[in-house]
This record gives sequence, C-alpha cells and structure tokens, in this order.
Amino acid sequence: MIPELGNFALALAVCLSLAQAIIGIWGAGRRDARMMAATPGLAIGQFIALAAAAGALVWAAVHDDFSVINIAENSSTLKPLLYKITGTWGNHEGSILLWGFILALCGAAVSLAGGNLPTALRSRVLGVLGGTSCGFLLFALLTSNPFLRTWPPTDEGSGMNPLLQDPGLAFHPPILYTGYVGFAVPFAFAVAALIEGRIDAAWGRWVRPWALVSWCFLTCGIALGSWWAYYELGWGGYWFWDPVENASLMPWLTGTALVHSAIVVEKRESLKIWTVLLAIGTFSFSLSGTFLVRSGILNSVHSFANDPARGIFILSLLALLIGGSLVLFALRAPKLSAGGMFAPISREGALILNNIFLCTICAVVVVGTMYPPFADLLLGQKISVGAPFFNATVLPLALPLFAAMAVGPLLPWKRARLWPVVQHAWWAALAAVVVSGFCIIGMKIIPALAFGLSTWIILGSFAEVVERTLLFRTPVASSVRRARGLPAAVLGAALAHAGVGVSIAGLAGSSLSSQTIVSAKVGQTVKADGYDVTLMQLRDENGPNYTSRVATLFVTRNGVPKMLLYPSRRFFTIQKQTTYDVAIHTNFLWDIYAVLGDEHDGQAVLRFHVNILAPWIWLGAGVMALGGAISLADRRLRVGAPARARLAVTA
Amino acid sequence: MNFDRRQLLALLPLGFAGAIGFSFWKMLDRMSAGKFDPHDIGSPLVGKKVPAFSLPGLDGGQGIDTATLTAAAAKQPMVVNFFASWCIPCAEEADILGTLGAEGIPLWGIVYEDKPDTAKKYLDKYGNPYQRLALDIEGRVAIDWGVDGVPETFIIDRSGTVRWHKSGPLTDDSVRQELRPALRSVA
Repeated sequence: MIPELGNFALALAVCLSLAQAIIGIWGAGRRDARMMAATPGLAIGQFIALAAAAGALVWAAVHDDFSVINIAENSSTLKPLLYKITGTWGNHEGSILLWGFILALCGAAVSLAGGNLPTALRSRVLGVLGGTSCGFLLFALLTSNPFLRTWPPTDEGSGMNPLLQDPGLAFHPPILYTGYVGFAVPFAFAVAALIEGRIDAAWGRWVRPWALVSWCFLTCGIALGSWWAYYELGWGGYWFWDPVENASLMPWLTGTALVHSAIVVEKRESLKIWTVLLAIGTFSFSLSGTFLVRSGILNSVHSFANDPARGIFILSLLALLIGGSLVLFALRAPKLSAGGMFAPISREGALILNNIFLCTICAVVVVGTMYPPFADLLLGQKISVGAPFFNATVLPLALPLFAAMAVGPLLPWKRARLWPVVQHAWWAALAAVVVSGFCIIGMKIIPALAFGLSTWIILGSFAEVVERTLLFRTPVASSVRRARGLPAAVLGAALAHAGVGVSIAGLAGSSLSSQTIVSAKVGQTVKADGYDVTLMQLRDENGPNYTSRVATLFVTRNGVPKMLLYPSRRFFTIQKQTTYDVAIHTNFLWDIYAVLGDEHDGQAVLRFHVNILAPWIWLGAGVMALGGAISLADRRLRVGAPARARLAVTA
Repeated sequence: MNFDRRQLLALLPLGFAGAIGFSFWKMLDRMSAGKFDPHDIGSPLVGKKVPAFSLPGLDGGQGIDTATLTAAAAKQPMVVNFFASWCIPCAEEADILGTLGAEGIPLWGIVYEDKPDTAKKYLDKYGNPYQRLALDIEGRVAIDWGVDGVPETFIIDRSGTVRWHKSGPLTDDSVRQELRPALRSVA
C-alpha cells in the first residue's frame, strides 16, 4: 500500500511540476497576476509530493518490503538500519528520486525566500524549474520507477554494493546532488532573464547566493567523494581522473567561474552575457555529469546500471533542456546590452582572468574525458586518457591562476596599478619565498614550489583583511573593531581562497608520500619508511552481513611504540565481493595508512603508506566551503530588499 | 538574414553542444545495436605485429628488442609480461608467473617505470620467472605496446603477431580459462 502511495505521489509531482512550468512561464508572459501568484504554491506542493514519495521508499526499505523490486535488488534484512535508509539513494532509481526531490526543494526554497524578487521574474524562474523537474520526474516514473512491484516477493534481498556500505558514502550523494541540482536555480534565473531580455545588477545579486550555496555543497560533495576513494578503495590515492570524478569537476570549475563573474555583473553591470552562458553551462555540465555516466558511454570504475535505452531518454531530455536554453541564448544574448570596456589591471580584469583560466581547465578536462569515446567512434581507435595527460595539462593552467588569486581581491575596481598592490602583500610573497627556499633543501623542486605557492595563497588571501583592519599598525582593539565592520563577503572570500592554499599544501605533501609493499608472516617485523611494522596477529571476525579478516599491526619508530593499526579485508557473503578496510592513523600532518592485501602460503601482503599532509586536501575543501557559507551571510547579498534586511537585523 | 559577429558568437555554444549531443546519440545508437562498446579496452595490438622497440637488459643482462623477440617467438610462442616493483597486483600474480616459468613456458619480462635496484629487490623477494628482462624506465615502449597500467601480459605467436592480451593480474582462473587455451591455439 505505502509503495503505491509513493508511486501516486510521484505521479502527482509530475502533474504539479507540469502545471508549475506552464502557469509560471505563460502567466508571466501574459502578466496575469493570479497565475503568477499561483506558481510558488505549486512549487511547494510539488516538494511535499516528492517528500511523500521519498518517504514511501524509505518506509519500504526500512520494513524490508521485498515485493518492491528496487528494495529486493538493493537491500537485505541483514543490512544495518542506517544503510537501509541511505541505501534508497545508493541505486539508480532511488538516486533519480533523490535528484528530483532536491530540485523540488530548490523550487520550494525560491518560492519561500524569493519574496523580494519581481513577481514576473520569480514566476518565470519557478516555471523553468518546474519544466526541468517535470522532465526528470517523467524519466523516473516511466523508465526508472523505484516503486515497481514483483510477485511473489523473495524472502531476502540481494543486498547493496558493499563499497556503498560506508558512512562517508551514505551522505555523499545528497550533498553532491544538492551541489549539482542547486545550479538549476542560476540556470533558471539565466533562462528567465533571457526570456525577459533584461539583465541588471540586481539579477547578479539574486543569482549569486544560489550559485554560492550550490558551489559550497558541490565542493563538499567532491571532497567527500575523494576522501571516500582514499579510505575505502585502499589504493592510497585521492583523485584518479576517472570520468565520474571529472564529471563532477566540470560543473565545479564553471560554477567557480560563475560565482566570480556574477560579482562583476553585480558591481559593474558587465560580463552579463558571459555570466548567463556560465549559468547555463554549469547546469548543463551537472546534468551531463549525473546522467551520462549512467548511459554506459563513459568507462568508469563507478558502476551504475548501464542501459542504452535509458540513455536515449536521458539524451533527448538533455537535448531539450540544454539545446532549448542554448537556442534561447543564441536568439536573445546578442540583444542584451553589452557592458563597458575595462582595464586589464583591475578587479574586474582579475576576475576575467580567473574565468579564462577556470574555463580553459574545464575545456581540458572535457577533452580528456570525452576523447576516448570520440576517438573510438570517429577514428576507431581504442585509447585511454589517464592521469599523466591531466597532470601535464591542468597543472600549468592552474599555476598562474593560483599565483594570481592572492592578488586579485586586493585590486581596486575600474583601474588599478599592480605594483602598489603587490607591495601590500610583500610579507606574503616573502614568506612564500622563504618556505620554498626552505623546502627546496632535501625536496624535489615541484613540491617545494607548491609549498611556496600555498603559503603565498594562504597569507595573500588575508592581505586584504590585514589591510582593511590596519592590523599591527593600530592598537589591537581598533583592528578588532575594524574586523567586525568588515563585510562578511571579504572574510568569506579570504577564507575560501586560503582553503585552496591549504588543499595545495595537501596535494604537494601527498606527492612526497611513500609507499611500501611487503609480505609478512605473523610475528615478522618489516621496515617501511623509517617505521618498523610487526604483523602481530591475523584473525577472523563476523560483521552483520560480512566476514572480516583483520590484521593487527604494531608500529614502532626507532624502538618507540607508536600505534596499533587494524587494517582488514571484508568479504560480503551475499554479493561474494571483497572490500578493503584501510587503517588510517592521522595526526593531521601525516597519515599512516595500512592495507591488508591477499594472503598466500601464510604470508599476508601489506601495503603501508606515509601520506604527508594528506588530510589537508579535504580540510582545504572544508575551509573553502566554510568561506562560501560566511560570504552568504553578507547582508549586501540582500540589499535592495528592505524587508529582508530588517529581518536580518532582528534575527 | 545577415548575421553579425555577436550573433555568430552566440550561436557557438549551441553548435558545440549540438555536435557533442549528436555524437552521444550515435554512440548510444551503435551501443544498442551491439556495434560499439566503450568498455572493451582490449589492446589495440591484438592481431598486429609486435611494435618496433629496443630496450636494455636489467643488470647488464641481454635486452629485448623486436628482432630478438620475434626470433624467439618463431621457435616457440612467447609470453611477455609488463610489471613494476611498485605495483601490488604484480606481486599478487608473481606466484602464478613463477608456476608458468617453472613449466618452461617462455616468459620475458619488461620492467615498467621502475629503477634497476628496486626491480632487483622485487625479483629477489618474489622470485624471477623471466628468462630475459628488459628495463623500460620511462615507459615509452609501454606506450607503443598500448600498456595503460601494470601488470599486462601478451602472447606473441610464431609470426611475431600479438595474439592475446590481458590487463590486470593473472589469476588461477584466467590462466586456466584464457592464457593456456590461447597458448595452445598458437602452439
């Protein structure tokens, strides 16, 4: 009964989203006040319907209703409760439902928080969101329905992919999808603006918080995925340039560009057409990223059910959405008023430089990811493009971007001179040179330079804060008072930029990491990068739905006991699949990372990594997202909305 | 209708997306017809002659080049294995290679992106089943062979043609079901 209600709720959501699309766009076109006033209600209704559908699926999973095909294929009675719930979005059908749910959440958020928008614009934005929603909910209902029944039901489900049974991955999809789907709102704003044929500074101000929220979630989502790959796959790496990873990186790159170019629209009423294109492009990459990986075109270690027939449906949908918005762009963009010219050395010039580099990196990633299937199709050649290509092409493009990002925020708008600005950041540059020089002793040149770059970015990012608070030049109390008066956006930007520096330090450190593979008998001690590792014991353990082989490693350094590590190998009985449970001991400066490999003739293969500064990679991403969140708190993002501003004061 | 530069520029993204979309449609179309499989990353070398290459031997030993390899294969089909000391799956397949080597199956090894001393340590530890060993320190020859990760194993027939290929470690199953039948078929 409950799954049928879920199915009904899903169908209802399709109807509501269709109504939202038609009434929203048509009503705004007719300037019909009643129709425009109805759209927010429809969006909220759609959200409630999808919440009910998602709730029904969770109910079926928690109650082990194996008459629902989706539950029978992906769950089992042995699964812990948490994974029964999170497992609902760990498969194709459920993840599409989650996708639609988050899109509806965005629509509801625009309805509730968009009170300060002009009615026609809000109506059109909701209309575009409704149309997008309608397409994907139809896809869920017709080709990927999670509520389909089977009869007779089985007694036991076949369980989910063991790799997904992990707390990190349980919450990875909702966060990543919120990032992906969130960019639907800037997309809807862009399409609505193209329909209206008008973009002004206010548009930039409305778009930016939505882009920023999505960007924060996407940053966290990508970092979480990379962290998961690091500790769960047991390969010791954190980024593999796998198509699925690249697919999440593309919207992140263009989204980062969008967050920056929207500032120029807001402050200088310039770069409008480009910003609109970025908004369309970012959501297009998000869509392609979520859906093309399921069509089976891209060869990836991340497996989703591949089905060319489903692929055709998705492709038609993408053609309609992306193609439609780009046709609108081609027709309307040339008619938008162009912005004024501006000097290359200025804040807006720096932001354009940022956009050029980010988009070039994105283009390189697109080429590298798409080349293998295209070469196969057009030239009949089987090739794979791997990490060496990406490292060789992305790195040289990222370096100037990193070098410039500390100075960019220091440049004044309109017209600036570089030299006085660099003088403001002299202490950061000095520190960077000192760190590089210090690191170059006993280190390879690239990591040494990377550490210098990281110092430059972290310190340089705060140069504006230091400058504006007159730190060290006035009494501390006065600086603190000035700091309080700083706009949150300035602090947020400094923090987000510093986060990049922290991540770079992590990447540089990781490139210095060591890896030792040894095979050892129980009781044997082996040497690994200055540590003495003793294999104390190998024992079997039983988990709820797996059996586990656990090694006890006793690690000493120069005779001083350091730690006990318990790497293990899990065998999931239902799926007959093995996963490696990495043992990681971290002190935030380096990770001791141990993997238990296969056993032959009483000898166990052990892999032992010392990953220098590895936690900083994800810590940096967290700092970036935090910076974005602080920037969101800036009340200037809500200027022009007196009602909202008063609310913010009383809150 | 005359297009000015702005209009043409605005059409650019549409044209770009259209081309990509059309290609994707072609791929999906051919995938459902079974004519296109992007997941089949079989070696492009299978069915082709051994590429031209020449590599120095390990530790002053005899190296491997196209001429010596094809000459040896003319007598008896050869197994060529790419491996590295830093590669865990290589260590995992070492036992199996040892068994093959002990049976007298001609097995030559190419050390991929590795240093001579670490390679020697690896061979001391896991055994050396190879009759001849060459060093591909920079991995250039591996590119010509289409190797995208170690271990990879090839079978060369009497005419010097690559007949079989496996990327990833050999397992008992894959040796029994694939490698041995492939060797028998070219014997």
